This record gives sequence, structure tokens and C-alpha cells, in this order.
Amino acid sequence: MIGFIAQTGRIFLKFCSFIGELIIFCIRVFAYILTPPFFMRAFFSSVVQIGWLSLPVVGITSFFTGGALALQIYAGGARFNAEEVVPSIVAIGMVRELGPVLGGLMVAARVASSIAAEIGTMKVTEQIDALTTLSTDPIKYLVVPRLVAAILTVPLLVGVGDSIGVLGGYVIGVTRLEFNNTIYLINSINYLELWDILSGLIKGAVFGCIIALMGCFFGMRCEKGARGVGQATKSAVVSASVLILAANYFLTEAFFSS
Amino acid sequence: MIDVSDVYKSFGQNHVLKGVNLKVHNGKSMVIIGASGQGKSVILKCLLGLIKPNSGKILLNGFDPNSAQKNIILSKVGMLFQGGALFDSLPIWQNVAFRYLHGKQKINASEAKKIAIEKLERVGLKKSFADNFPSELSGGMQKRVALARAIATQPEIIFFDEPTTGLDPIMAQVINDLIRELVVELGVTAVTITHDIQSVRSIADEVALLHDGIIQWSGLLNQLDKSKNKYLKQFIAGSTVGPIETLR
Repeated sequence: MIGFIAQTGRIFLKFCSFIGELIIFCIRVFAYILTPPFFMRAFFSSVVQIGWLSLPVVGITSFFTGGALALQIYAGGARFNAEEVVPSIVAIGMVRELGPVLGGLMVAARVASSIAAEIGTMKVTEQIDALTTLSTDPIKYLVVPRLVAAILTVPLLVGVGDSIGVLGGYVIGVTRLEFNNTIYLINSINYLELWDILSGLIKGAVFGCIIALMGCFFGMRCEKGARGVGQATKSAVVSASVLILAANYFLTEAFFSS
Repeated sequence: MIDVSDVYKSFGQNHVLKGVNLKVHNGKSMVIIGASGQGKSVILKCLLGLIKPNSGKILLNGFDPNSAQKNIILSKVGMLFQGGALFDSLPIWQNVAFRYLHGKQKINASEAKKIAIEKLERVGLKKSFADNFPSELSGGMQKRVALARAIATQPEIIFFDEPTTGLDPIMAQVINDLIRELVVELGVTAVTITHDIQSVRSIADEVALLHDGIIQWSGLLNQLDKSKNKYLKQFIAGSTVGPIETLR
């Protein structure tokens, strides 16, 4: 019994220490965002890595999701003769929920893993120590540019994903469900409010922040060896995904509960 | 001058440094030897301010590397890491000229590249390698690049961590000779960590043996073979019999 309590206590203390470490890391990162020097080259490289190179995966995912959503809503709506709601529900569903969440999860899988693996490898090969000896703060050089790039580019990716998702719904609606193309487009736009779009983009910025922070945090605390890098990568993706889903709930609650 | 006084460092219950005392005078090359796992790398990381000692005092040319003065002293320090620690994502010349491309010593890129090429040539690498990436070079070449980076900004102190590990004996001797030449030419204070006795004979003015968390012996290179210290004699002979415990 005492052994069980001791073990539980150890796990709890380890968890508290982990949370403390994460909070200190976040405070340091945000404190550095506005402090020079700014590593612009690293920032633009991160914009390309996080934003531009994630476009295909986000675009393809959104297209199929929009299409599937149209089919599902049509089938569900047919039960009470409400097939005509397909365009508006696809548009609202994509921009409020599916665009940001699926985009965030796809970027988490692609980017959080690559950031954690890259920084983790730098850690185990002493490149992080080398940065310090070259009078360069690793947080400023490695973390801040990635964080800022993610906060700025993930909302753009979400915006593009939303549009492609709506397009996916349109293509399926017009070709498979025999909607009139003009009416489909008008219904998609008419029922959509500006706040629907903005809330999705804000979610994207929050998800971008989570993705970059998790990737960098687990990369920076990576333990030695290939196992350490693997563990850091896995932890980054899992924690980013879980936090995205949790944050999505709380943001939805905050934006739309009234 | 490097002054290490009574430095202790533990990781949990593992007491690695148990009161290390060491002095390296300006322009001298000190080599710290010792068996694996005796804390050589830990003392080096404490000297660089990468690890904070539990107690004791470290001064590099009068500055404490574990204080707010860290960046002042680091700007005067060069470091050659065991594996080179070159930045994979940057071409060779940007690795060498890193300090000239970022931070307080920043200059324009074309001038930085010129200096990088000059340093690469100094360590025996051709200009044509400047635009390659580290992964395109052999281990020996990567060590040379790391050496070029360490000397790029005319440091006052240079640290070398196992400079010949993983190299064939000929390349190891080339690197040893190069280090000795640079230390003499630049007049820097140097601290090298190694367990390669050939490196010791090539690089050192003074030698210190670290074992069981303390400096067991220190003296001039020419006293190395005359010493009666049991730890030193066993280490130089590479014997499994003696006060340094060996696992078989």
C-alpha cells in the first residue's frame, strides 16, 4: 500500500515538474518574441516549412472532408426533407469546425513532429550547446521564429482549407447530388457570417501556437540517443493533437455558447 | 587565465565533480585526461556555462561563465565539440562565420564569407567546400570545419572536447598538429579534454588527470612520464591493474 502511494506521489511530482517546466518555457518564449535580435532568415524558412509545404496535405484533406460532409448532410437532411441545407451547413461546418480542427491536426502531424525531430537531433548532437557557445540563445534562434511563423501561417492554411473544403462540397453537391451550381454557391455564401470565418481563423492561430510550442518544447528537452528523438517526436504530436482538440472545445464554448 | 576553485557538481545521487581545482595560465595549453565517465565533459560544460556547478568558483579571464556576464566571456571563447556540432541546415561557410552573421559581431554576408573561406583555408580546406553542407563532408573534414568555426572570431580561450575521437590515427595526428599550430599562432589559452595519450603529447603544455571527481595529478608535459602517481602511471600504460577500476 505504501509502495503504491509512494509511486503515485512520484508520478504526481514528476507531472508537476513537467507542467512547471512547460510554463517556464512558454514564459521565456513569449518574453523573447518582442526582444531583438530577430532571426528573419529562420523566420522565413519556417514560414515555408510550416505554411507553404503544408498546403497540399491541408488542401487534399479539406477537399475530401467537404465532399464527405455534403454527402452526409444530404443523407441526413433527406430524412426530414431538408436537403437544401447542404450548401450552408457545409460552409458553416467547414469554416467554424472542420477547417480549423482538421487543418490543425494535419499540420500538427506534419510540423510538430518535424520540429521536435529537428530540434531533438540538434540537442543530442550538441548543436544546441554549440549555439549557446556562439553567443546565440537557442530559444531566440530556434523557437521564436517557428512560433511566430506558425501563429501567422496556420490561420492562412485554415482559410485556404476552408475554401477548398467548401469547393469539395460544391463539386460533390453539383455533380453527385444534382444541385444547381448557382443556387449552391448563393446558399453557401448567404448563410455564412463574418464571425464564422474569423472564429475559425482565430482557432487556427491558437492551434499554430500549440503546434510550434509542443514541437519546440519536446525537442528542447529531448534525451540522448535515437530513442530520445523518437520519444520527443511522439510526445510532440500526441500532446499537440490533444491540446488542439481541447482548445477547440474551449474556444467554441467561448465564441458560440451564448 | 582560467581559474577553477573547489567545483562540485552532482546529478541526483551521482556526484560527478567533488572539488575540482585547476589553473590554466594565459597562452598555455592544458589537457585534461581521464577515463570515460569521470566528469571530463562535465567540467568542460561548467567552464562554458552550459552546466551550473552546485558550488565552487569558475573564472575565465576574470568573468564567471555562470553569471550574467556569460555572453561577454562566450564572445571571447571558441569551442570544438566532440562530434563537430555543425549546423546541418547551414552551408559550411555559414557554420564558420556564424558569429559574423548573427548577433553583436554581425557584418555583411559577403565579408563574412570571405573570413570563413580564409579560416577554412587555414585549417587546410579548399574554398570549393564553402558552399557544401556538413553532411557532404567526411568526419575529418567536419572536424576541420568545426576547428575553423572555433577560431573564426580570434578567441582568447579555446576548448577542445575529444578532438580526435572517431578519426583514423593519421587524421588524428593532422588535427593534433593543427590544434598545436593554432594555439601557438593565436597565443590563446586552450583546454583540451581527451583520453588519447598521443593527443596529450602533441597538444599539451600542462596536463591534469581527473579521476573520481577530483584532479589526481597535474603538471608539465615533460613530467608526465616521470611521475610516480599511480593513477597517471596506470592511465598512460593503459593497464587494467591499478587504482582506476575497470569493468570486464
